Amino acid sequence: MPDQNPPSLQVRALSVGYGTDVVQKNLSFDVKAGAIFAIMGASGCGKSTLLRSLMGLLRPSAGTVCFQGQDYWSAGIEERAKIGRRFGVLFQTSALWSDMTASENVALPLQMFTPLAAESIDALVQMKLSLVGLESGRTSKPSELSGGMAKRVGIARAISLDPDILFLDEPSTGLDPISGKRLDDLILELRDGFGVTVVMVSHELPSLLTICDDGIFLDAATHTMIAQGAPKDLKANSTDGQVSAFMHRGAPHVGP
Amino acid sequence: MTAKGLPKHAQRWTLSCDSGHALLALTGDWLGADAVVGPDEVAALLDHPGVTSLAFDSRTLGRWDSSLLLFLSELRRSAAARQVTVDDNGYPATARNLLSLLPSENPAAAPVAQRPSLASRIGRWCLDRGSGFEAETALFGALILRFAPALRGRTQMRWIDLLADMQNGGIRALPVVALVNILVGGIIAFLGAVQLKKFGADIYVADLVGIAIVRELGPVMTAVVMCGRTGGAYAAQIATMNGSEEIDALRAIGVRVNDYLVMPRAIALTGMMPLLYLYGSAVGIIGGFAVALLTLQVGPTVFFDEMRANLSTGEVVFGILKSVVFGLYIAIVSCRIGLAAGRSSADVGRAATSATVTGIVGVIFLDAAFALAAHALDF
Repeated sequence: MPDQNPPSLQVRALSVGYGTDVVQKNLSFDVKAGAIFAIMGASGCGKSTLLRSLMGLLRPSAGTVCFQGQDYWSAGIEERAKIGRRFGVLFQTSALWSDMTASENVALPLQMFTPLAAESIDALVQMKLSLVGLESGRTSKPSELSGGMAKRVGIARAISLDPDILFLDEPSTGLDPISGKRLDDLILELRDGFGVTVVMVSHELPSLLTICDDGIFLDAATHTMIAQGAPKDLKANSTDGQVSAFMHRGAPHVGP
Repeated sequence: MTAKGLPKHAQRWTLSCDSGHALLALTGDWLGADAVVGPDEVAALLDHPGVTSLAFDSRTLGRWDSSLLLFLSELRRSAAARQVTVDDNGYPATARNLLSLLPSENPAAAPVAQRPSLASRIGRWCLDRGSGFEAETALFGALILRFAPALRGRTQMRWIDLLADMQNGGIRALPVVALVNILVGGIIAFLGAVQLKKFGADIYVADLVGIAIVRELGPVMTAVVMCGRTGGAYAAQIATMNGSEEIDALRAIGVRVNDYLVMPRAIALTGMMPLLYLYGSAVGIIGGFAVALLTLQVGPTVFFDEMRANLSTGEVVFGILKSVVFGLYIAIVSCRIGLAAGRSSADVGRAATSATVTGIVGVIFLDAAFALAAHALDF
């Protein structure tokens, strides 16, 4: 991906947490446009909390998040909602609206935010569902879908407004290896095809190592980031015990 | 050994002591709850003077489960407390690996949360009520501001949601509203009939039923039914959406939750409540008339003429006004409680309960306020 583009997200001195409880502090990093950016770290270290602050659901306690050069959290409500429409979000639990079918879930953002006619919306919805490989179950309610299908619908919904940036919270967690691999391929295709920037939280080493080209590693003890770089570089070069242990699934790291 | 005879578990081990070196031979199967050895018994094992080291022999040990691990870890702890060195070479190898996962010292007891004093609990309760009221007022203000744009279709409220809510909170509520009001009308007539008959004032049962139902019981009973039926459902629905991140998913794409979730519910309930009230009152009066006819033999012409002579349009307007306020109040309180709910399944139940209770209590309070206001205005 071209490096001369301005960064998609610029995070500076960010602290996130709930109330007085600081989960992560002093985070500064850039997410380049078109990158697939990983937020890594042990369970409970605040990855999802950070993601919620990046996608505009949780006001950070300090610091700034700039999306395409615009400071998100100091913008007004209307402005923030407008920026938010450039975001696509896949939640950990897929979070499909449970009283709507799969197709209606993908259609709702289009109905809300575009002036398109019903037929055009329907065509777009069917196209997005085909893109994510959902051939059956388009008229099923979320409770009738399998975990993997729900994730696919979740991604179709996240890309329904052709976002500039996709936030994925543990996209392949809970999927079998084959579905996980297909999801990884899909993320790569979306990046390469639409040029969308991807920020993902994940523990799945295979997908981190194959698709992510940048990332940060968060530490629960010091409440801040302790490494930055592509997961495969971190695996090969990191001298930090915790990062190295994570990247090698706890096995001792032999040589650089 | 103690005077009580052999301890229950003595057959599971034999302890031999040789110049301060104790050897514990583990024997037989250690399976199930029977094999669990209490801490006192473990501590008593090392009550031999001069023991400085402890070794194990597990050659005659049979099958074992966590009861053995518990025993060994208690023993290790008790030995450490007496400065007895433990030689773990005699453990079964797999037990040694599992034992290494256990902490060698008792984990520090978590600090017991101090139960707050009565005064601070009362204070906390009042503050919670206050912040709830503040949130309801803010939601009311937000709805007022967005009401006109919503009617002009300039908000994110979907008409299909509004229609569905009107059907759920209106048409589908007709049977239960009818049932409750017909019974209440009948009860009022019956109570009145028994008293009025003593004075030969049978005919006034019509006024009693008319005024009681139209002015007080119609709006209040309908609102109470709708609190339990629809208010609880609103709170539970919204709380469930909160727990499954569905509300986050709306916020993330820039949907205003107040427009999308609260506005259609508030409009539907506020609009449907006066219609339900009118319907409920009509049915309640019929219930009262039926009882009057059966117990006092008051005929329809006499009954309805008497009622019409003393029941003004003002009473009906007053009832409609009350039910509009009740409907709006129930919708706002239930949605506010649903939105503020936590994310667990227990929180959904709590939200539904809290919405129902707060709604009913609030409706009664509002009704009292209406009664006082009407009295002050000589209405």
